[in-house]
Amino acid sequence: MSAELLDTPSASAAPAGPPHPLAEFWTSFRANKGAVIGLALIVAVLLMAVFADVVAPHPPNLTNDAAFLKPPFWQEGGSLTYPLGTDAIGRDILSRLIYGARLSLSIGIAVVTVSILVGTMLGLIAGFVGGATGIVIMRVMDIILTLPSLLLAIVIVAILGPGLMNAMLAVAVVVLPHYVRIARAAVIGEKSKDYVTAARVGGAGPLRLMVGEVLPNCAAPLIVQASLGVSTAILDAAALGFLGLGAQPPAPEWGTMLADAREFVLRAWWVVTFPGLVILITVLAFNLVGDGLRDALDPKLKR
Amino acid sequence: MKRASLAVVLGAATALAASLPAGAKTLVYCSEGSPENFYPAVNTTGTSFDASSQIYSNIVNFERGTTNVVPDLAETWDITPDGKTYTFHLRKGVKWHSNKVFKPTRDFNADDVIFSFERQWKENNPFFRVTSSNHTYFNDMGLPKLLASLDKIDDYTIRFTLTQPEAPFLADLAMPFAAIQSKEYADAMMKAGTPDKLDQEPIGTGPFYLLQYQKDAIVRYRAFPQYYAGKAALDDLVFAITPDASVRWAKLQKGECHVMPYPNPADIDAMRKDPNVQVLEQPGLNIGYLAYNTKRKPFDDVRVRKALNMAINKKAIIDAVYLSTGVAAKNPIPPTMWSYNDAIKDDPYDPEGAKKLLAEAGFANGLTTDLWAMPVQRPYNPNARRIAELMQADLAKVGVKAEIKSYEWGEYRKRVQDGEHQTAMLGWTGDNGDPDNFLHTLLGCAAAEKGGGNTAKWCDKTYDDLVTKAKTITDKAERTKLYEQAQVVFKEQAPWFTIAHAVQLKPVRKEVVDFKLSPFGRHTFYGVSLK
Amino acid sequence: MLRFLLTRASLVIPTFLGITLVAFFLIRLVPGDPIETMAGERGIDPARHAALRTEYGFDKPLLVQYGIYLERLAHGDLGRSISTKEPVISEFASLFPATVELGVCAILFALLVGLPAGILAALRRNSVFDHGVMGLSLTGYSMPIFWWGLLLILLFSVQLGWTPVSGRIDVQYFIEPVTGFLLIDTLLSDESGAFRSALSHLVLPAIVLGTVPLAVIARMTRSAMLEVLGEDYMRTARAKGLPAWRIVGLHALRNALIPVVTVIGLQVGVLFTGAILTETIFSWPGIGKWLIEAIGRRDYPVLQGGILLIGAVVMAVNLIVDLAYGLVNPRIRHAR
Repeated sequence: MSAELLDTPSASAAPAGPPHPLAEFWTSFRANKGAVIGLALIVAVLLMAVFADVVAPHPPNLTNDAAFLKPPFWQEGGSLTYPLGTDAIGRDILSRLIYGARLSLSIGIAVVTVSILVGTMLGLIAGFVGGATGIVIMRVMDIILTLPSLLLAIVIVAILGPGLMNAMLAVAVVVLPHYVRIARAAVIGEKSKDYVTAARVGGAGPLRLMVGEVLPNCAAPLIVQASLGVSTAILDAAALGFLGLGAQPPAPEWGTMLADAREFVLRAWWVVTFPGLVILITVLAFNLVGDGLRDALDPKLKR
Repeated sequence: MKRASLAVVLGAATALAASLPAGAKTLVYCSEGSPENFYPAVNTTGTSFDASSQIYSNIVNFERGTTNVVPDLAETWDITPDGKTYTFHLRKGVKWHSNKVFKPTRDFNADDVIFSFERQWKENNPFFRVTSSNHTYFNDMGLPKLLASLDKIDDYTIRFTLTQPEAPFLADLAMPFAAIQSKEYADAMMKAGTPDKLDQEPIGTGPFYLLQYQKDAIVRYRAFPQYYAGKAALDDLVFAITPDASVRWAKLQKGECHVMPYPNPADIDAMRKDPNVQVLEQPGLNIGYLAYNTKRKPFDDVRVRKALNMAINKKAIIDAVYLSTGVAAKNPIPPTMWSYNDAIKDDPYDPEGAKKLLAEAGFANGLTTDLWAMPVQRPYNPNARRIAELMQADLAKVGVKAEIKSYEWGEYRKRVQDGEHQTAMLGWTGDNGDPDNFLHTLLGCAAAEKGGGNTAKWCDKTYDDLVTKAKTITDKAERTKLYEQAQVVFKEQAPWFTIAHAVQLKPVRKEVVDFKLSPFGRHTFYGVSLK
Repeated sequence: MLRFLLTRASLVIPTFLGITLVAFFLIRLVPGDPIETMAGERGIDPARHAALRTEYGFDKPLLVQYGIYLERLAHGDLGRSISTKEPVISEFASLFPATVELGVCAILFALLVGLPAGILAALRRNSVFDHGVMGLSLTGYSMPIFWWGLLLILLFSVQLGWTPVSGRIDVQYFIEPVTGFLLIDTLLSDESGAFRSALSHLVLPAIVLGTVPLAVIARMTRSAMLEVLGEDYMRTARAKGLPAWRIVGLHALRNALIPVVTVIGLQVGVLFTGAILTETIFSWPGIGKWLIEAIGRRDYPVLQGGILLIGAVVMAVNLIVDLAYGLVNPRIRHAR
């Protein structure tokens, strides 16, 4: 809900110089141990998602009427058939977590893609066109920012009906303002710079200016915001799932799994613990990478 | 906003509270939610009824723990032989509670009874619209049509005249909506320009008076010393509002509360093992079911319905979702109800047989359907979504692909009654213990219309004739026969997959003496004491 | 200065109107209606349903309803809850202090831990301590707090039995609400032990709600400190031979605090989001839980009023922070 909370570069601190060559970027990224760990974790989760069919010991929705709420293997009563135990209706928790990676990653990526596309567009328009259009766009963004994001997301889901797609849409809407603001601020910052003026004098139309000249130059803060945005999106969608408004059963979405497990909190710690843990790890991984990206892309902070 | 909070602090409460006598008996009930307000006539939830029933008396009431109607504010009554006139002789010397804005100057009398009914009945009563004009139960029980007149004979005698004889009328008067409020208080509040107070800072004649209410936190009562039947054994009664079932159990375990409703099925085992806790139980008057929409393909074919009945593992549902809070259902009425046909055999769990039946019906390659699950917990179904997941997995094994669907609760019930589903879960809790209330209300042809309560939209001539005929006869033995036959037809035609009857379970700490389960699921604390 | 103030304040009005629009129309888009929702299995007779809709004014065209709503709003009337029939404003007033108390304590906790951690991390840059603080704070920032709350309950309330499971105070204490803030009310009352009880109920929820702000504060403080420590005047101070604690305490901290406080001020909205989840987990009788339930019941007046009031609170706090920041930092003032 609060990616902007991190000391992400405000757009005014956007890099001004020429883009970094990839090699230099990689060197500085690699120097950041946390970021490398984060990247490794993301790759692991990604592989898990892609090869879920192979990796997971059981199908995610297969119930076993003889194995309700079995504990993990190291506890008494547990077995290696269900390494992390089973849930209330006898489904393998490990398998559900593995399949859940698909959902959570898709949520993160889809939300960020949608909000970056729409947000950047709105931001560019607001920055370039200005006037009444710009004001209206920014006022609407202000309104979205003023309302607690989860509340707004809940209302949107209530309108569209609970479900994975609708939850993603709701999250995309509530994170939109961050991208709009970054893009707009970058545009305003870049607009007066020489190269834009030069291009304009050279007869470039506003569309070409926007897409061809300004956009690449405000890419850095957007990329950082995007990687942090994935983690926000995963967290928000999980929160909606936890409130019963996200992905619907039997989808093995992590937040939904948690919501479903809540009543067993006193009786079966594992059904509550593991889904939360994978959410935490995944979100942390994206945040680590986001941090690394920022340090690598933002020369100002690199001392 | 001087009333800075909803907290209703009444009477000399503050002075008293600080000096609660040592050894005062305080019973804490971990209730499941906040009452809507303290006017039961406009409410529909048990939560609200529990909160207001400690405060008010009725003319007649249910004997604690039973469905028997006993005297309350009326000591005796006469019914004319035609069953159309009820004369009630009211109790004398019954005192009203008081609070900081109102001190009663008179005892309870006939004016209060007339006021309490006219307020729900006559649109020109100044209080008809106060709080709400939606007097749900007064309407649902058909009283606007049934009541011809209500007259005061003298200060302690009133007479109801009905338009037709109605056997359950007395029981209606014992229901929470018929609570008696003070006309004197109402008039005083109207004069003061704060009529709402009547329902927010209630004055009653009941065993407890309201001391404090803080939304989502606490309802605090104190025993009314002048209660006509004698002061309650408890000194204080506290409803600690605790919406989460696991938390309620944790509190009960720690001794932070004495009684809790609606336990988590998952925690029942631990409850039974706890030496400080006793789990009271009673079969409930309810049924949870999955209805097949018999007007839509492929469920117009009885073989498909039968096949699905055989494909779903009922025992697994009971074990995983109800645990010990439910018993498997084979008939549409609960086993405690008269005319329950125990000779009926339930469809066996037989996936192979189901496949064969499906093939016979032309679905050898399987079929797809929707599977509606309520978004909310209901008394007869602790977790519809989880049941849906189990059913979905079972159905997949016989080649039926079911897609789970859900809507917002009000919307859900409306759409199901409109017949938009192919298969949908729902259930029913009985009002009066009569089989007609299940068999005709839920499965008769009249209710199969769009918007009707027959969610299978099932209209079977043989069945309908049986239950319609049973409605018109008064002889119980004869009715029993008809209903037993109807249950046979029901099973053959399989409009429902009958899931379970929920059992009312109430964990109570051992120091609580004489708490009784109510067949209606209410919680009454007069008569209860603490060791 | 006055101009700056007026400009900032004038921005508030369109946003506020926008919120009334959002609150009103967005909620009408939600399918279902409160009357149907309350009816349960029994349903409701269509004729009575229609009569009730008329009575609530739901049958009028939406724009007319919005007009009526605005007119009542101008008179300070937010309507009544459909389920409880209580005025929305008095429900809000009775529940809001609980949320504020929780929020304030969460922020206090975050400051108490986050500030020193951030300062020390900056002073010992690249030390193990610094890495530890940064790692932990990023973990805290990544925390799904609804899960975090459950874990803490499991550990501290269930396993160890140190803290109560839920609620605001033990039921044996009868506290008359004066301020609505239980920590204050219990001190005003003469019941011994009540304050302790209220405090012990507050600890876990405050920690849970404070976790994300704590992470943010620690990181902000660290980077602000690093920036300030690198400034010329700091070098001068050091060169002058001022003792280290004076440099840090008087100069560096004071300058580093400005962005930190600003960030806190601007995060009220985020705090509300956390409060919704925290209140749900701990059965905390506050605004968040109230609104969630109102959505379930389709209680339009409560939702409209609640969203509006929360929006107003967030805007007010943002405005105050903005103005204060403008006062402290004249460059901002002129930049606008």
